[in-house]
Amino acid sequence: MRALHAFLRNPVAVAGAVLLGAVVLMALVAPLVFPADPLGLAGRPLQWPGANPRFWLGTDPSGRDIAAQLFHGARISLLIGGVATLIAVVIGIVFGALAGFYGGVVDTVLMRVTEAFQTLPNFLLLLVLVAVFGSDLVTVVIAIGVVAWPPVARLTRAEFLTLRERDYVAACRMQGLSDAHLIFREVLPNALPPVIVYASVVMAVAILLESALAFLQLSDPNVPSWGNLIGLGRTVLRSEWYVSAIPGVAILLSILGVSLVGQGLNDALNPRLASR
Amino acid sequence: MKLLLLALRRLAASLPALVLILVGLFLLLQLAPGDTVDALMAQMGGGDAAIAADLRRFYGLDLSVAARLGAYLWRLVTLDLGFSAIYGKPVASVILERLPATLLLMMGALFFAFSFGMALGVVAARRVNQWPDTLISTLGLIFYATPSFWFGLMAIVLFSVYLQWLPAGGFGDVAMGYTGWAAIWDTATYLVLPVLTLALIFLAIALRIMRASMLEVQGMDFVRTARAKGLSETRIVARHVLRNALLPMVTLIGLQAGTMLGGSVVVESVFTLPGLGRLAYESVVQRDLNTLLGIVFVSALLVIAVNFVVDLLYARLDPRIVG
Repeated sequence: MRALHAFLRNPVAVAGAVLLGAVVLMALVAPLVFPADPLGLAGRPLQWPGANPRFWLGTDPSGRDIAAQLFHGARISLLIGGVATLIAVVIGIVFGALAGFYGGVVDTVLMRVTEAFQTLPNFLLLLVLVAVFGSDLVTVVIAIGVVAWPPVARLTRAEFLTLRERDYVAACRMQGLSDAHLIFREVLPNALPPVIVYASVVMAVAILLESALAFLQLSDPNVPSWGNLIGLGRTVLRSEWYVSAIPGVAILLSILGVSLVGQGLNDALNPRLASR
Repeated sequence: MKLLLLALRRLAASLPALVLILVGLFLLLQLAPGDTVDALMAQMGGGDAAIAADLRRFYGLDLSVAARLGAYLWRLVTLDLGFSAIYGKPVASVILERLPATLLLMMGALFFAFSFGMALGVVAARRVNQWPDTLISTLGLIFYATPSFWFGLMAIVLFSVYLQWLPAGGFGDVAMGYTGWAAIWDTATYLVLPVLTLALIFLAIALRIMRASMLEVQGMDFVRTARAKGLSETRIVARHVLRNALLPMVTLIGLQAGTMLGGSVVVESVFTLPGLGRLAYESVVQRDLNTLLGIVFVSALLVIAVNFVVDLLYARLDPRIVG
């Protein structure tokens, strides 16, 4: 409750919540405001924003409504950001918790794997995964989750390393509780706050990775993704630059919202640092 | 000497990760639908199965996975990256041709992000919670949230299409036949926009870290001592605070080297720079798996090399590490 109060009193956090709320709202009302297929032909191609009252953000090179793609694209970005983040956080927590809790050989092996993933440029790994497994939406989401987890593992491990030495853990051990109980019921809840804050960074990275992949036309072409639209607009960049410009602003504002909410959460959960 | 030994030990510790990457990727690529021969046959417009089998035998694709993995790792030890069927020459020479553009791009972006991030971070920390700090921190947040490829496209619209100050893409104008300084100047004009585009997000991260680290160091006892000695503020910042505040920045370079290489895939594609990143993209599209593996290997080596330099720098900045 105190944390929520601190969050709401922080103008940065509120600004982020408003931005993120706007994107969520766009995603929710998309099928109501634009019931037609956003990837269907809507009108004459390349009409500038405002030129035709039916398309207030104009149409793209294929004659599709940009506003409709923007609203439906919010669903895709949030879906990809949310699910990929969940995957990354779960993998990261499992790796970090096991490595930090058991130490020794388990720690060494798991951390070597984590290092391997961190040595590999993550966008390059994403390209390889998409090249091997194809680029439908499900594959892309899983692939983004698979490349984004190492920092979460390191963070969780660091938390576990300090927490496992605490007296309450020793007390639980004396009671003969199982390792699984210790890890998930006792230590993890205390290790979670910084991980949740970091999840906002993972989500921002996930949205950026998907949009970059879509921009290169390597993501699912059958969904109205913001990155896809920017990539399409590239062909008419010299004259109709608005096709690329508009979805880019949407990505920027979403990521800004996610980062600000993350920063607000951080300040609310670590009051000592809030004065900085 | 002790310093070098320490860095070398860290270098040796990164070998298992490298081997893991190579084995993992090799096995992963076995799952890819279609191999180089399929891609070649498609390029030739199809052919009969006997030719395909011959080609597979020629490229050693008919052996078992374990045998090929062993052969692959052994060839890497001798720095032989294999043969690119698509480009018709050894992968190593394909990569070497593309490496300079990427290295220039990365070094430029690193230099820009590091120096401007440091300067902005220092200014923000000196004026904490006043308007320069608010302005710089807000800019940092916006830069962080800007997708690099979108920024690149918008920069092309503004600087190449409307103002016509800078070229929209490519890497040097061969037709003009520049030599000496003119050639360097020519190349530089092609690099300005890509470097800015790639540097943007790292600038944002660097300035945030620099600001936080300056604020942390500023409150320490040795800074108070320096102030009590009557040193000027400029001298305190330049000689005492900066050196200590730089440590997290140097760590950042090591952490972000890989991300930067990944970012160059997108940036090189936006500005049609003939670099390693674009080669990676092309080899994904063309299913040139030998080249893709080679690029991953070289990228991992680059990241490890950057971290080696970072270790040396780190020990130089903080003598306690060498101990």
